[in-house]
Amino acid sequence: MTQLARAHGATKRFGRFVAVDHADLSVDAGEIVGLIGANGAGKTTLIRMLLGLTTVSEGTVAVFGAAPSRRTRRRLGYVPQGLGLWPDLTVDENLAFTSAAFGSQAPSTRLPEGLDGDALVGSLSLGQQRQLAFVCALAHEPDLVVLDEPTSGVDPLARAHLWERIHDTAEQGAGVLVTTHYMQEAQQCDRLVLMSGGHIAARGTLDEVLQGVTAIEIDSDDWRTAFEVLAAAQIPIMLTGQRVRAVGVEPSRVDDALRAADVTARVEVVAGTLEEAMLLIEQAR
Amino acid sequence: MSEQHTFGVDRLTVELGATRALSGIALDVPPGAVTAVVGGDGAGKTTLLRCLVGEVRPTCGTLRRPGKHHLGYMPSTSGVWRDLSVAENVAFAATAYGVEPEADRPRALLRAARLDDFSDRLAGDLSGGMRQKLGVVMAMLHDPALIVLDEPSTGVDPVSRVELWRLVSEAAAGGAAVLLATTYIDEAERASSLLVLDEGRPLVEGDAASITAAVPGTLIATATPTDRTRAWRRGTRFHEWRPDGASDSADSSAVTITPDLEDAVIIEMLNRRAVAS
Repeated sequence: MTQLARAHGATKRFGRFVAVDHADLSVDAGEIVGLIGANGAGKTTLIRMLLGLTTVSEGTVAVFGAAPSRRTRRRLGYVPQGLGLWPDLTVDENLAFTSAAFGSQAPSTRLPEGLDGDALVGSLSLGQQRQLAFVCALAHEPDLVVLDEPTSGVDPLARAHLWERIHDTAEQGAGVLVTTHYMQEAQQCDRLVLMSGGHIAARGTLDEVLQGVTAIEIDSDDWRTAFEVLAAAQIPIMLTGQRVRAVGVEPSRVDDALRAADVTARVEVVAGTLEEAMLLIEQAR
Repeated sequence: MSEQHTFGVDRLTVELGATRALSGIALDVPPGAVTAVVGGDGAGKTTLLRCLVGEVRPTCGTLRRPGKHHLGYMPSTSGVWRDLSVAENVAFAATAYGVEPEADRPRALLRAARLDDFSDRLAGDLSGGMRQKLGVVMAMLHDPALIVLDEPSTGVDPVSRVELWRLVSEAAAGGAAVLLATTYIDEAERASSLLVLDEGRPLVEGDAASITAAVPGTLIATATPTDRTRAWRRGTRFHEWRPDGASDSADSSAVTITPDLEDAVIIEMLNRRAVAS
């Protein structure tokens, strides 16, 4: 498998603040790697180092086997959170501009259905703008694609379409590095890298990352009383429908609190979610 | 808490200029529960929420809502003043609602949101997640009967999102009717009931279990879908919807699966697009 991007002990300091602390990361051809972490965990800084937008303070970063440069940037497609489109230009003009900037042919890419080449980008819905940002980022057929929260704000069908494009891109041999906050999107990735406080906290497939992560589900006819009792006992809880869910506590503590207040409930240990895994990682810091 | 009303809208239609932003919407927002409005950008979520809080006048339909003092609203911009500190934001909102800023509730809410260590920080210098949490705290300072939150978790990281959901859960457990808008099905699944909007019209509604149970036809997971227009990627495989209920496939590894909420919503959207064309 061709390694497209690699960070080895990559560290970034801003004054005394360490934004990324000895991070190792690789993206191979044909795979989709999900980068997950809290705001401020260092995801964007790590991406910026790979893109060559900021230098490393320590360690190494290589893209296509070389230090990030304008040359490597040419083989890279990037969709930032802000999309990087020009709202006052039309769809066609945006595409032409991006292609010119990358020195590639005017794209043969067909526009996605419903996208009018003459429409001003500023007049498009967010979903259409996201589609266009993809087209622009992929027009020069990059070998490595970096996507920062690519489906934020779009409806489930548009999200499914965008992910189909991401999978197609990977299947054609490109490597994809994508940041997301959501479990349903994490399921779409071949591998996940979880960041916390500048460190890589966990890595592996979603199943591997979630292995051993559990939550406690409390099902009671009187869920409100159960909620109040557990909240009063300082047990970190939240609602899922009308069930109460707790994470990071022993089931016995939940049992004891409910019993002491005479609340009848079924208490069950269930598989945790990605959010709950992140919460446990943050708590352990 | 004032008396326990079920808030909501009936036969709501909103025209903004020549655009019909909402059409024939009915929604119940009961006390003691979280209700979610789901949809993409432009689906009509914000217009629905703004109608309910009295910021947009409906073209027709009825609104069931409490008086201003029993209503808490967080707009999609979070509603915090960036040039004020966390404490000043809370004090300002508290004063506006006639709540003593030094009272127990504002302090308890800030603590629950893990913002109590950042009282002196300018709201403009908070991370996106912290700012959204502050917005939610400000919307529920006065213990309103109805809390309306417009995309509180957009751009919020997983950890802050859990904290945010805890705040919302506590308000619902305390008896408030909570209505929140989101673009993510993952999140809507946690609500007691949800309404999915598509181009200003209701697409599906109810609790997650009844929505997934009502999906017509069959759903199969396969590596090679027969009809790509009715298939979408879920990880390494495709989910393919068969409206006629057929489950045959050239792919011997294909299996019939139970749709989850994400599948159910995608199927309804495909269904509607097919009918429209």
